[in-house]
Parts: sequence; structure tokens; C-alpha cells
Amino acid sequence: MSLMNLTAVELGKKIKNKEVTVVEATKAALDAIDRNEEKIGAFVTVDKEGALKRAEEVQKLIDEGKLDGPLAGVPVAIKDNMCTKGMLTTCSSKILDNFKPTFTSEAVINLEKAGAVIIGKTNMDEFAMGSTTETSAFGATKNPWNTEHVPGGSSGGSCAAVAAEECFYALGSDTGGSIRQPSSFCGVTGIKPTYGTVSRYGLIAYGSSLDQIGPIAKDVTDCATILEIIASHDEKDSTSVKREDYDFTSALVDDVKGMKIGIPRDYFGEGLDSEVKDAIRAAAKVLEEKGAIVEEFDLSLVEYAIPAYYVIACAEASSNLARFDGVKYGHRAAEYDGLHNMYKKSRSEGFGPEVKRRIMLGSFVLSSGYYDAYYLKALRTKALIKKAFDDAFAKYDVILGPAAPTTAPKLGESLSDPLKMYLGDIYTISVNLAGLPGISVPCGTDSKGLPIGLQLIGDCNKEKNIIRAAYSFEQTREYKHSPLA
Amino acid sequence: MANIISDETIEYVGILAKLELNDEEKEQAKKDMGEMLDYIDKLNELDTSGVEPMSHVFPTNNVFREDVVKNGDGREDTLANAPEEKDDSFVVPKTIVG
Amino acid sequence: MKQYETVIGLEVHVELATKTKIFCACSTEFGGAPNAHTCPVCTGMPGSLPVLNKKVVEHAVAVGLATNCTITQNCKFDRKNYFYPDNPQNYQISQLYQPICRNGHVDIKTESGIEKSIGIHEIHMEEDAGKLVHDEWGESSLVDFNRSGVPLIEIVSEPDMRSAEEVIAYLEKLRLIVQYLGASDCKLQEGSMRADVNLSVREVGSTEFGTRTEMKNLNSFKAIARAIEGERERQIDLIESGQEVIQETRRWDDTKEYSYAMRSKEDAQDYRYFPEPDLVPIVISDEWLEEIRSRQPEFRDEKLKRYVEEYKIPEYDAEILTGNKHLADLFEATTAICNNPKKVSNWLMVETMRLMKENEMEPEQLKFSPENLAKLINMTEAKEINSSVAKEVFEKIFTDDIDPEKYVEENGLKTVADDGALRSTIEKIVAENPQSVEDYKSGKKKAIGFLVGQTMKAMQGKADPGMVNQILQEILN
Repeated sequence: MSLMNLTAVELGKKIKNKEVTVVEATKAALDAIDRNEEKIGAFVTVDKEGALKRAEEVQKLIDEGKLDGPLAGVPVAIKDNMCTKGMLTTCSSKILDNFKPTFTSEAVINLEKAGAVIIGKTNMDEFAMGSTTETSAFGATKNPWNTEHVPGGSSGGSCAAVAAEECFYALGSDTGGSIRQPSSFCGVTGIKPTYGTVSRYGLIAYGSSLDQIGPIAKDVTDCATILEIIASHDEKDSTSVKREDYDFTSALVDDVKGMKIGIPRDYFGEGLDSEVKDAIRAAAKVLEEKGAIVEEFDLSLVEYAIPAYYVIACAEASSNLARFDGVKYGHRAAEYDGLHNMYKKSRSEGFGPEVKRRIMLGSFVLSSGYYDAYYLKALRTKALIKKAFDDAFAKYDVILGPAAPTTAPKLGESLSDPLKMYLGDIYTISVNLAGLPGISVPCGTDSKGLPIGLQLIGDCNKEKNIIRAAYSFEQTREYKHSPLA
Repeated sequence: MANIISDETIEYVGILAKLELNDEEKEQAKKDMGEMLDYIDKLNELDTSGVEPMSHVFPTNNVFREDVVKNGDGREDTLANAPEEKDDSFVVPKTIVG
Repeated sequence: MKQYETVIGLEVHVELATKTKIFCACSTEFGGAPNAHTCPVCTGMPGSLPVLNKKVVEHAVAVGLATNCTITQNCKFDRKNYFYPDNPQNYQISQLYQPICRNGHVDIKTESGIEKSIGIHEIHMEEDAGKLVHDEWGESSLVDFNRSGVPLIEIVSEPDMRSAEEVIAYLEKLRLIVQYLGASDCKLQEGSMRADVNLSVREVGSTEFGTRTEMKNLNSFKAIARAIEGERERQIDLIESGQEVIQETRRWDDTKEYSYAMRSKEDAQDYRYFPEPDLVPIVISDEWLEEIRSRQPEFRDEKLKRYVEEYKIPEYDAEILTGNKHLADLFEATTAICNNPKKVSNWLMVETMRLMKENEMEPEQLKFSPENLAKLINMTEAKEINSSVAKEVFEKIFTDDIDPEKYVEENGLKTVADDGALRSTIEKIVAENPQSVEDYKSGKKKAIGFLVGQTMKAMQGKADPGMVNQILQEILN
């Protein structure tokens, strides 16, 4: 068994027990990257030198007894939309291809305090806009299970890096499913926490009211452990929430007896792949057999989440991405005629088609005469969706369904029809609109051998419920390493 | 397609968003935006009368900072990524004529 | 020719006197190298997030209460989207949908005595932009974000003003209110108070408003008055010649006394406001509101009334003294020590004003302490020094805030109270000036003035002129 097969927590224990050094672990990750990157393309930046230097420092701190957390010394990959001081942070966009932040995002600082070794920054859909990691300006990332397929997105680089075992865990961000859907496609576990649980300070915003950073790893134990480290009340983020409980690992209990699990009938309609459907039904059965009370119900409004999401996310994005103008940082056109031409050229050269598409849509829905019809309508729809979830959580502890309607599509299949690609987010998007926590855990593979993800959704601040359910489910099956691992 | 996006609209949105599209991109943008808006119009099926628009999903409020200076000279960091700088300032094409 | 009426509404921006910016812990101090007072937040760095300065809310509420506004107890920030290099995020965090104050009014009285009430439509909080410096010969401008994120309130009036005189009375009134609150120093020249003028004209008697223009770049009361006159004429000329006034933003050029349209195809003026997702709503509880209300100072109108009634000083003096918060504070603090409001008022109205004028100073620049002025007044009252010495000492207090007791002592300026010494000096003067004595005795009573003067000179000014006069009369009679 290779060192890279270990989970993050397993490696952390071995480092603590002096069975493995931090440098060995880091070298193992860097070797794996050397082996696999050509096939996968999960990274935008690999910081070989920095990682090895950091590994030695962390080892020293561990030896001195100054670091003894569960993930001290464990190499991690960070999605390239989180600022890392002095290290390229591109959002996989040409407009930021030379951008080195002067500060580190709060979530990453929390990891560093816990002794993480950052080995690099992972590829993503440009500015997290996309579901396949194909909109990256630096080329698509491939799915480690089958490199003709996409890894999902937008945190496709992070999920692929974990699945290909190029790192032990990774951070992603989730605005409409960007952690859960690629986790599902890559056969790994990912959590999108309750909005406000992990600080957004240093996360380059896409849709500010929806964005949330979360962990991606091989199993639920890792994810709970990582979440416990990155979650914090941050005074620099006004939307950061002071939680009562941060002890997410206490929910790693194999027991769902009496837990009420609701399955929305509306999640099993048209568009859901039959193999995915069967796998999710089977997973529900497993939990039922373990003592959970599983029933079907009507969540309602499911089909309205996507249109509401695209109005809100694109509107916020059109504003959030206005700062990329060639004045303060990032790409500036080489030739231009006056100020506004400089803006237009720099932005048009710097942004890819999907980003432009969303900025245009967002600018339009906010423009004079359309605000009420589109933006306010979407915010009202959001209120109704939140209420539908509130009603559901009055009855259930956990909502169970697929993370995505299909397994990973082939490269190049999705971008030609954006609307169809957007529909792939149908099960994840409403969770962001309502600010809720969600987890995707592997629950099988389809006939092509591609992973299927089970999504569990909790009420706000009830991560522990979904962690407990996911952990209990996970105990019934082995972790399946990808062929590239 | 119910929503027909005119050349003028695409031109206008381009001004708002500071994006310059070539003719081919413009045609594509008209088609994409029209299709998206048709899809978004699905929201009109929903009766949302009397529903308060929800901009913030959780009822937190009054997050403040005390009025205490904590930042020192930020010049170096601020200008670290400047495409063009001069005299500790960012350089931009002249903003007024004359 | 038709008679026209000018209709004016004002958008007044006031920079709040906080130590830090509205959304970050950078200093608001003036000066410093370009971009010295900046951080990721106020330069729009990717990943940065705003956190609201509590003091800004308190200042805004205080100004709202002082201008009789209704306070929006549940208010929010919105983003105003437009591209410009002084605006680092290319959106300004401002308030459109739920501004912090609404529906207020202030009462004004113009120079010529017109009294009226000017409606306040709303007051909202927002962030200031950075500064652009234009290279006169080159092709570029330089951007400095030191002012970016400095807190502003924008006070939007109703279109209730009809003349430059009313506008200036309104601005003076706002300035006093804000200065009294300590919310800003409100200096037009330095840009801590800025007024944009919305102006339209209509035929006298018409009830409908004409098309208005907005004028920016007005940095003195005189410029505002000229701009109003200039724009009024421009609009009337357009109407008279059958053309239309276009609703637009214009930039006033005070040297050319003409406004220029700021239009360009790239400025769509479609700000796409939407609720700022990075900031949470502000809830102003009744308790908080009361707390702010209880801290409101005594404002100018009440103070003026009290000065006349309580201190019995002339209304004119009270108007001058209360016309500046710093001057009023100085007056009250000094009076509290020496309990002699009339003398304090006198010193401030006469000598202080004279020296301020000579030195081209604003009341805010006065640096002497009430203690030293009070001491001086007490010493004068006790006839320890005479009035000419007092004036001399005051000049020292004015420039260096010296302790008058020490100063008089050290420089031997005390009035000679010793009757004997004074009497012998006078006797000597009388003996030396027989002609004056003769004149006096022959009925030219004015001649005594010369003798008093000679005595004061001989005493090096250190005598009480009243006493000199008294002894002289005794001797001469």
C-alpha cells in the first residue's frame, strides 16, 4: 500500500507516531503529481520548493511539540480562488494569470495554523463558473476514473487531485454545487458547510451570498476533521457566523437509529439517470436497514431553483468581477485607446466565454427597468425555497438525494449547450440558495465505472446530522481508489 | 424564443459590463441571453406576491468594527500587482480631456 | 419677457470625522504618500471584504435626528455599480433602497431675512472614492486610494430652494448642525463638505418642475452662487430659444463661469443597484436610538437663545459666537471659569476676531486655552493690569497660550499699586509740565489727558489709568 492511499487523518497519525516524516509525505505527494499531472491537469500551480521548505518547518514544530493536531504535516491542495500570500492565485483566468495576493485567505490561515503543507493550487472553472472545469483558461482537468470524462466543477481540480491521490485532501468552494458535484463525479467526499461557517475572507467572490468554502477528501472522517479546522468566526467577514458547535468530529458515529430521512420525490423525475437513481435508492435502503426512518415527500419548487440561482449568482458576479479592470492588478491590454477602451479590451481579453456570458446576463438583470422583474423575483423565489426547506426540516433530520443527475459527462459534451449544463446543478443549487449544509459521499459506480455521489442535506448549522448519516453509510462500503491513484 | 435580444441591448450591456464583443460573439451572446431569459421567465409561473425579497438568508445583523486605526502604511502591498505604477500611484489612461 | 423661478435641490456630501475608514481599519488622516492609507479592502483587492465602522452609523443617526428625520431602524447597504478608476471595486457601497434617514427638514433664515423650511428627502451612508491626479502634459492620470473608503453621508434635500441665498443659508445651517455634532469639520475648500446642485427653471406660477441638471465641482459658497446664476441663465436661454434642457450631469468651471456636460457614451448612468451581500442589515433598536439622542448637543438655535437670556450678551454677539462651534465652546468654557460672560464675549468678539483676521485664521485654528483667557480677564477685573497691558498679554496668549499670571510677573507688567510711588511720579510730572497744569486750571479739562499719558509713560504702562486720573485731580484741585 502506497503512502498516498492513506486518508489525511491516517497520515496525520503516522506523522504523529513518527512512522512517516512530513517531508516524506510531501515528497510522496509531489511524486504523485509528477506521475499523474500530465494525465489529470488538476493543478494550476505546484509549489514544490515552498512545500518542501514548509514540510521541514512543520516537522520541526511537531518535534518540538508545538503542533499536534490531527492534520499537522499533511499536504493539502487549495482551489485557485483562495488567496495565498505570494503564491499565484488565478481563479483559472487569464485576467489573473500573474496575480500574487498580499494576504492569505482565512480558511487557509486556519489550515496553516493546524500544520498544513500547501503543495499547490488547483484548477477550476474560470471564477468558479462552470460544472466541468473545462472553462479554465489553463485547460481542462480530467477525471481520474476515466480521463475522457470531466471531473465536474467548478472545484474539479481539487476533487481530481484527491481522487488521483496527488494530495491527501483539498479545499474547494461551492456556490451552486461546486464541491458536491465534482466530489460525486470523482468518487470523493466533499462538504458544503452552512453559509457563514467558514470565513469567505480571501475567497475571490463569485456569488457572495452563495459562496462557501468546504473540505474535499477521501472520507467523511477527513472532511469532518478538516471542517473543524477551517470553520471559524472571522471578524473580517461580516457574514461569518459564530457557531455554538465546532466539534464536527463528535458526529463521526455509526448510528442512524431513529434518524428521520426525507427523500424528495421531485428529485427522482425526468433527467435523472437510471443507474444514479438505483444507486441512490440502494443507499437509502442501507440507511433504512441501519435503523433510519426513511420516507418520501414533496419538497416542491425544485425546478425554480436554477433560474433563481442564475439571476442572483450572475447579478452578484457582474458586480464582483467589475474590479478586474486592468488598473490595480491582473491583465491589462497591451494596446488601447483611452480609459474605457482599456477597460473593455483588458476585460474582453482576460475573461473567457462562460464568464462573459454570466457577466452580461448579470448586468442585464440588474439594469434599469429589469431589476424588479428579474432580481427581486429571484430573491422572492429564494425566500419560498428557503421556506420549503424549513418545512421539510420540521419533519426530517436529513434530506437524501443524488448530488447530480448523471455521472461525469465526456469532455467537450457540456459547453456547447450551457443551459443543459446548468440543469446538471438541479440537486445542489437550492441548498446554496437556502444557505444549508450538504455533503456528497460516494455510493457506487455506473456501468462505465464512473462514480456516483449520494447527497445528504441538513438544516442550517446541522452539519452533524449529515456527517453522522454519511459516516454511518460509509461504514457499509470500502473506499474505492481511482485507477490513477 | 420569447426573449429577442436586440443589437442595441447587447451593445448597451457591453457598455455596462465593459466588455467588447466581436460580431460573432455578439450573435452568440444574443442567442445565449435570449435562451437564458426564456428559462428564467419560468419564475413567472410562481406567485410571489406578498413575499419579501430575501437578500440575506440568515437573520444576522449589526456586525460592526470599532473605530480604531489598525492598518499602517499599505503602499507596498497595494501596488505590488500594479500593471503600471508611478509615484506610489496606479497609472491609468487620462480620465479628463484638456 | 417671461418671469422664471429657479428650483434647486442639493445633494450634500459630508466626510465624517471618524478615525478610520467606513469599511476597514485604515486611517482617514489627510496627507501622507499616495496609497499610504490603504489596505486590501479600500483598494478592492480580490477576496477582501468590508466590515462596517459603528461610528459611521452613530454619526449618520445623529445628523438625521438633528435634521428632524425619521430613522430607518432596519437599514441596509446597496452596491452602486459604475466603472471609474477612483472607484477600486468599480462599485460604490452606498444606500438606495433603505437609507438610514428619511423625511427630515431644517429651518433656515437667509441674509435678507427670509425664513423657510427646507425638506430633507433622505440621508444615506456611503464610501468616498480615491483621488485622480492628472498629468497635465502626459497621457495618463495617477490613482491614489488614500481617500477611498473615507465615510460619507449624503444629505439629499427636497427641491425646496429658490435662490443662491437660500442655498447658502441651507448649507450654513447644515454645516453648523454637523459641526456642532462633531460629525465633520465641513470644509468646502478641503472637500470635507461638497454640494452638487440640482437645478431647473420654470415659469413663475407653474406647478410642474422643469427638466433639471446636476452640477458638480462646487467648492466654495461663491462658486455655488455663481454656478446657480450661470446655470439658471443657460437654462432660460435654452427655453427662450425654443430648445430643451437635457437632464444630465454638468461640471461647473468656476474660472470660465460656465458648466459643461459630463456625458459620454460610456457613462450609461445605469447604476444597477442591488443589496450588498457582503454586509448584513443594520438594526437600530429603540435603546440605541435613545442613547444617540441623549448624546445630542445643544444646537445653535437653542444656544443663541440661551446666550442672550442667560448670559445677557447682545444678540449680535451671540450670533457670532454660536456661528462656530469652536468659538461657542471657547466662550462657554472661559465663562465657566471666570463667570464674566460679557468680558469673555468682548475678548472673543474684538481682540480675538481682530487677530484672527490679521492672521487669516479660522476659529478651529485657535489654540489658546479658556483657563488663560479667564485668568487674564480676572487680572484685568482686579485691576492687576491695565487694559493696554492686557491687550499686549492677550496677543501672547493668542499666539503661544502663555499663562498670563506668570508672564505679567516675569515681565514686571503688574500695575503699580503702591500709592506713594505713583503719587511721587505724578508730582514730578506736574512739576515738569506747568503749561498743561495752567491749561487745566484755566478750564481746558482735556489737558489732564496729556498728564495722564505722561505719567503712564513714566510708569512704563504699569499704572492703572483710573487711579492716575484720580490722584492727578486731587493734586491739581
